[in-house]
Amino acid sequence: MSEREPLLVVRDLSVAYGSDRGTVVAVDHVDFELARGEFLAIVGESGCGKSTLLFALTRLLGPPFSGEIIGGEVLFKGRDMVTLGERQMRSIRWRDMSVVMQSAMNALNPVLTIAAQMRDVCEAHSDMSADEIRRRSEEVLRLVSIDPVHLRSYPHQLSGGMRQRAMIAMALLFTPDLVVMDEPTSALDVVAQRSLIVQIKELQAKLGFAVIFVTHDMSLVSHFSDRLMVMYAGQIAEVGGTRRIFDKPLHPYTSGLLEAFPSIRGPNTRLTGIPGSPPNLARPPAGCRFSPRCPHVTDVCRAHEPQLVDVDGDEVRCVLYNGRAA
Amino acid sequence: MTEPLLRTEGLTRHFGIGGLVSRQTLHAVDDVSFTIGHGEIVALVGESGSGKSTIARLVARVYRPTRGEIYFEGRPVSRLRTRRQRLAYSGDVPMVFQDPYSSINPAYRVSHGIARGIKLHRRELSRAERRREVERVLEAVGLVPGRDIARKFPYELSGGQRQRIGFAQALAFRPKLIIADEPVSMLDVSIRIGILNLMSELREREGVSFLYITHDVASARYISDRVLVMYGAHLVEEGPSEEVLQRPKHPYTQLLLSAVPDPRAELGISDTSDVGEPPKVVDPSEGCRFRARCPYRIATCDTVTPLLRELSAARRVACHVATADDSANDFARLESTHRRAEV
Repeated sequence: MSEREPLLVVRDLSVAYGSDRGTVVAVDHVDFELARGEFLAIVGESGCGKSTLLFALTRLLGPPFSGEIIGGEVLFKGRDMVTLGERQMRSIRWRDMSVVMQSAMNALNPVLTIAAQMRDVCEAHSDMSADEIRRRSEEVLRLVSIDPVHLRSYPHQLSGGMRQRAMIAMALLFTPDLVVMDEPTSALDVVAQRSLIVQIKELQAKLGFAVIFVTHDMSLVSHFSDRLMVMYAGQIAEVGGTRRIFDKPLHPYTSGLLEAFPSIRGPNTRLTGIPGSPPNLARPPAGCRFSPRCPHVTDVCRAHEPQLVDVDGDEVRCVLYNGRAA
Repeated sequence: MTEPLLRTEGLTRHFGIGGLVSRQTLHAVDDVSFTIGHGEIVALVGESGSGKSTIARLVARVYRPTRGEIYFEGRPVSRLRTRRQRLAYSGDVPMVFQDPYSSINPAYRVSHGIARGIKLHRRELSRAERRREVERVLEAVGLVPGRDIARKFPYELSGGQRQRIGFAQALAFRPKLIIADEPVSMLDVSIRIGILNLMSELREREGVSFLYITHDVASARYISDRVLVMYGAHLVEEGPSEEVLQRPKHPYTQLLLSAVPDPRAELGISDTSDVGEPPKVVDPSEGCRFRARCPYRIATCDTVTPLLRELSAARRVACHVATADDSANDFARLESTHRRAEV
């Protein structure tokens, strides 16, 4: 495939969970593309579908996440991940696409050393010799600035930041094209958070992989992601260049989110946040899903579900911009 | 000098860890002295493991101090002997917990938890008065109409509403000081501000003081009058929030502030090239606990533990190097020395 073709194309992807009160569509017709080497951040509140989307992309929707892809396709390097069998998925996982989970304490095996866990991955996905595995493990640990002596350490002997970096080192064992990260920094304090994300950025510049970074804290990625996708109630509310979104948010939800962060250096003004709380996806509100909390709501919003419209190359799901559609 | 609402003197808490052979001492809180005034919101910030939650538990009398004393309205808390005295103290100083999903009993209606506290702490109220009081505190925390909310079960409420229940339960005691341990960190971003505003309102309307424990310095700046910064079990800096957070004096506070993401700031990475490893608090040696990460380290830092000293009026810092002079070491300079080319 050519270099200019996107690495990942997601078309019309929908994911549903069955529940005793009917199906809940957690990801609702999501479309986006990811270029090679791009850093895309997906932000939203709990229940907005960001994690479900991530699990769908990586085909990890099995139990305990008993969701099901009910429509759409996920083209990764030209292959539709939705229809691939488990065996084919195994040849992609870790090698072409790897996942860094939220809590390294739970994702790492507490009774195995870091070396043993890296060996597991290498043995399952390659035919590297024991010697090669050891060399590669040392190499990736050095990449994330952990002394290779820690190959002999157990997860509990590492600090939270080191555990999370060890997870990232494992994800880089095969230098994949895409690393998907689900809130990798949320268990860390701000100083460790900052240094981890700076490190991810440096590794990305060095190795050229693309990143999908899922987080609830949009200020965290403000200086790091190329593009930002804001999700609300299972749908894309707005997607566009990160800096543009922070400087000039289009969707009222995005503006509300930005208004909800107290500033550390700017003027200390009283903030209001967003009234109400995110909707229950088993019974989404009629019309625009944000309408019950929106300051600009009109009758049109309550009656019709808005579509994503193009605004100067970015997309936003709000009737305020319907007139400006190309 | 008038006595503050709460004052701690040399508050220290150590935990023994390890087996019989390799007995070690974990210093969770070391020699911490601070005050909380009437109607004041004091924020306690620091990284995980710095001792903030241990301080909360010491103040709430969950732990006994290893050394030191807490004075509440001038009286030493360790001298509370009778059940009645202890009950009165826990009614005066209730705690609101971090996780609104596990801190409310799911098997009972909302009214149950609140009414129970009233029954225990304000026995003079009749049944009807108690019911009215439940409704009053619910409405005071913005859950309107209180009568309907009181009848709900916790599962019927959102995370933000549940956290408000936590505050309503505390408020029902007629408290003087509420200890709020990370009350918004489990909540969604869009509703956090609502809870922070609620704390300010409760201070205005009910005159309650708050000890607000958080790792989120921006929220500390948003609601608190004064801020206490913890690092490695020590109180390293203290002062009026705006001053401490705009002109931090301790190198750790400076590091902490430079790491806070601020989308309103200019694009550019002020990378603090910090290894980010936590300080040693198990059998710590003499010397400053921040020295391994400190850009201003001098020889004294290795051998002498810096004590909190007065820098200017109301500002105290535990650092050998820090000076009152702004130009000598300020945050902007630290940032610029660490600023790297944009990644």
